This record gives sequence, C-alpha cells and structure tokens, in this order.
Amino acid sequence: MTIKIRPHHSPIRGFIFHLHPRKVVAETIRFTLSFGLGGMAATLFLVLVLTGVLQLLSYSSDSTEAYQSIIDMYAAPSLAGFIRNVHHWAGNLLVLVSVLHLLRVYLTGAADRTRRLNWLIGCTLLVLVLGANFTGYLLPWDQLAFWAVTIFTNMVGYVPLAGVQISELLRGSAEVGPATLENFFAIHVGLIPPFIVVLLVYHFWLIRKSGGLVRSRDSGQRPVMVAAVPTLVAREAAVGFGLCALLLLFSALVDAPLTDIANPGASPNPAKAAWYFMGLQELLLHLHPTFAIFIVPLLMFLLLASLPFIRQAGLEPGLWCGGGRGRWTAAISFLTGMGGAAILVVVDELAFKNSGAPPVLTPWLSRGMVPLLILVIALGLVYRLLRSKNFPPSQSLMAVVLLCAGMVCGLTVIGIWFRGPGMMLGFSF
Amino acid sequence: MEQEQHLQLDTPSQPRRRTLLNRIWALIALLAFVELGWLSSSLLRARKSRYDRRQGSRYVDAGRVESFKAGDVKAIPEALLFLACLEDNRFIALSRTCTHLGCALSWDTAEDKFVCPCHGSTFDRAGVVLTSPALRPLDFYPVRIEDGQIRIDVSNSQRRESFDASQTTTV
Repeated sequence: MTIKIRPHHSPIRGFIFHLHPRKVVAETIRFTLSFGLGGMAATLFLVLVLTGVLQLLSYSSDSTEAYQSIIDMYAAPSLAGFIRNVHHWAGNLLVLVSVLHLLRVYLTGAADRTRRLNWLIGCTLLVLVLGANFTGYLLPWDQLAFWAVTIFTNMVGYVPLAGVQISELLRGSAEVGPATLENFFAIHVGLIPPFIVVLLVYHFWLIRKSGGLVRSRDSGQRPVMVAAVPTLVAREAAVGFGLCALLLLFSALVDAPLTDIANPGASPNPAKAAWYFMGLQELLLHLHPTFAIFIVPLLMFLLLASLPFIRQAGLEPGLWCGGGRGRWTAAISFLTGMGGAAILVVVDELAFKNSGAPPVLTPWLSRGMVPLLILVIALGLVYRLLRSKNFPPSQSLMAVVLLCAGMVCGLTVIGIWFRGPGMMLGFSF
Repeated sequence: MEQEQHLQLDTPSQPRRRTLLNRIWALIALLAFVELGWLSSSLLRARKSRYDRRQGSRYVDAGRVESFKAGDVKAIPEALLFLACLEDNRFIALSRTCTHLGCALSWDTAEDKFVCPCHGSTFDRAGVVLTSPALRPLDFYPVRIEDGQIRIDVSNSQRRESFDASQTTTV
C-alpha cells in the first residue's frame, strides 16, 4: 500500500485551514481594523502555557519553600528566572490586551446579534484571565503577593450573602496562609487553564462561523478576496513573532518584582491589590463596601455583557466608533470619564470624607444608593442630550459605555500612581 | 410533488424530536458543570476543615492578671492578637486583623488607639471603630482566667457587630 502525499496538503497547511478559510475578505485584514489584539492575546496565552509548564519544574508550592524556590530561579546558571520574567510580564500584558481587544470588538461594531454567543464567551474569557492572574499573584509568597491577596480576599468578603463563605473557601482558612497557597496553585495551574483552552477553541470556531472578522455593510458589489496563505498568515506571524520578540527582550532587561518574604505580622504601607483591581480598591475608599465590591461592578459587567442584546445598540460594522463624528464622541466621552472620576475622587477626599461632620444619612444611603442613582441619572441625561443632538442611538449608548470605561480607567490610574502611604492622595511613582 | 415534500423535510426548522434531544444534551452539560462546581467546592471545604482541625482548640498563655493594670494593651505576636485590659479591669482578646481589608493593626500608645497602616481606620481599646472606612469592630477571642493565669482560645475567632460585656472576661 502506498501513501499518497499531496504537495499542497502539508500538515501545517492543513492545520491553518482548520483555523482560516482559504480566502478571506481583503478589508478585514487591515491592521487598523483589529490591531491584531485577538491574535496577540492568543499568542500570549500560548507563551503563558509554555513558560507555565516550564516553571512547574523550578517552583515549589509549599509555603515554607515557595519564596526560596523563586530566589533559586535567579541563581547564576539557571534560565528559570528569565522564564519567570516572561511568564509574569506576559500575564500582565494579557490583562491589558484582553481589555483592549474587548473594546476593539465593541467599537468596530462586531458585537452584533450574529456574534452574541461569541461576545458572552469573550466576556467569560476575560473573567478567567483575571482569575488566572490573580491566583498566580500569590505564588511567589512575598510581601507584595501576600498582602495583595489578603486585601482582595477581604474585598470578596463584602459580597452580600455568600461573600464570607466564598473568601474562606478560597483562602482555605480564616486568614491567608499555607492552605491559600495550595488552593491558589491548584486553581492557577489545574482548574482555570483547561477552561480557557476549551472556550478559546470555541471562540475561534465561532469567529470562522460568523464569516471571519467584522466587515462593513454590503455595498452591492462582491467583496475583494485574498488568499489566507500567505497574505493573512504572514500578517499574523508578523504580529505574533514581533510581540514575542519584544516580550523576550523586555523580560531579559526587567526582572519581575519580588519583595521580602511574606510576613503575616506586618503589612507594608500602603498595601495595594494587584494593579488591575486597583479601580475596585479605589472605589472601596469612597463607597459602601456592598456597592463598591458587588453592586457597581455587577451592573457594569451586566451592561457590558448585554451590549449585543440591546436593540439598536450595534455600531456601524467595520468602522471605528460608528464612523463620522463617532470617533470624537468616543474620545471625548472616555477622557470625560477619566477626568470626572479624578474630580469626584478629589472632591470626596477634600470636602466630604475627612470633614468630620456626622453623616446625615446612613452609609448605605449616603455612600451607596444616592451616588449610584446620581450616576445612573447623569448617564441617562448624557444619552438624552446626544439623542437630541441627532446622534444615532448606537453612538449615544457608546458615549455612555465609554464614560463608564473612562471612569474605571481613571480610578485604576489614581489607585496605582496617586495613592501613597496610608492611601493618602499624592504621587507614588 | 415528490420533490416538494423532500424540500419540506430539509427546511431549517428541525424535527421536534431532535430539538428535544438537543435540549436534553444542553441540560446534561449544564448539570455536569454544576456537579463539577459542587465537587470542587466540597473538596476545598474538606481541606479547610483539615486545616482547622490541625489547629484544634489551641490556648495561648498571655501572662498573669497581676501584670496588667487598667488601660494596658499587650501585643501577643505569636498568636497575631492583642490582649487589652479595659478601664473596669475586664479583659478582651482582639484580633490584630483590620476588619476593613485585613491589614495588620498596631497599637498607638500615645493616641490610645489601634491604627491601620493601609486605609487609616482606627479602633479604641475594646476594638470598636473610631473612624471608618472600617465598619465592624475587631474580631475577638474567648479569654479564660484560671488561678490568675490568662489563657486565650486562639482557634476560635468570633465576628461581632457591636461591643458588649459578654465578650470580655474578669477574674
């Protein structure tokens, strides 16, 4: 029996054609449509799996050895420290790239009815990425990790009804300790990655099923097609390899942070959560905990997840921000959100929080319901205003979404760079 | 005519039986997810009880009654807590963990209060909130006094919403 090998069906090519169709629409491969963000996220995930598996060889999850095993990684002849750097920076970059990818998908009008399921899968993937990052944060068992996780698990404790139980389940005991490290290690390497793999494959397949990336509305003519190999694949390779090169270079120059060994007896001042949760921690300084940790984030997530389900919410497909003056609307809304958050923080800090005056209402009202209602009404007014200026509904809603995104971004920036010792306002670069 | 019938069978609306089967599959998948979640949380809970048991009911000696006078606050670092002697000579053992976000408190002797280094919450000698953002008084541990020896049950930290005398112990 002879095996016929057809020259055009090398295994690599065959695999590529599982991911891509033979021909793709020419306009969807322009870089400024997607900025390759989805591809970057996928590349980073592959890098994380590879470096993660390698780190299993040099890391010990026993709380008495964990810190020393990290120190040993940086001992002279070993490359383990470099691999840890790559893993650390890739993980942090993945959070950033995932958020940008989500914004890109929404702003180019790809979150429409036909991609509803894929949008929800993407939102779930974002939650999993945050979960993976957060569980990985504790593993070095240094002061930074220990107190960031202490703060975050205590934040979870403010979730109504089941908060305390969930946070004790995560910690494995009443306080962060050896059991927490074992739990987080198991969740980080065993539980979350398989879920991400399954959802990623589904995510890719659904993109192909929807006919590839989003493209502008039919103009009556047949779209220009190009061959996926080599045109599309060459671009993907350029983005993927370029990103890897920059990542490896950066990791060779900058070590992942490692502070003193975890000491449950002394918290560093200030003690901060991981940077992607600093928006939440900042909110917690101003609002009632139930609102800061649960109600506000939940409402924001629900707004985000429901975008493709709202009628007339879909932006013009294939263009950024609906085209025309939409880009200006988007930029102004986002910057207003950032600036607004900064002003609110400073006003609250100076005028209300430290005034020493007895509270007029219960905290649940004055630091919960009232601010939330004011915010919702203000966002509603922005929507009405834009509608009255003849903006289409989709762009008016986009302004509201980007105002919220800007506020989250503003709170995060303040939390990371403008909170010093005792969480007082000031520079802390 | 025959062809038309054939077309009707091929229409996208699936036969009812197949839709039902698909729904059953989805339900089974959902059940599997719920089961997996339940299984992992029960495993985590089992581990938590193992850790709790390992600590058991553990007592720490905090010194003699005579060595305290009203108003004293003594740190007991090995158990991560403070023992406070209140103005009426009653003792209360307080967790060192701030109820806001879990930072480690220190006792400020000059100002007579516990201060949180993270977010500036302060607590009085009995662990009651003086200034927010913390909302709840500090957790406390049961104290026993046997022949003038103060012993604290460190395995048994207790949440509370307000201070009352039953949380304290006297000779």
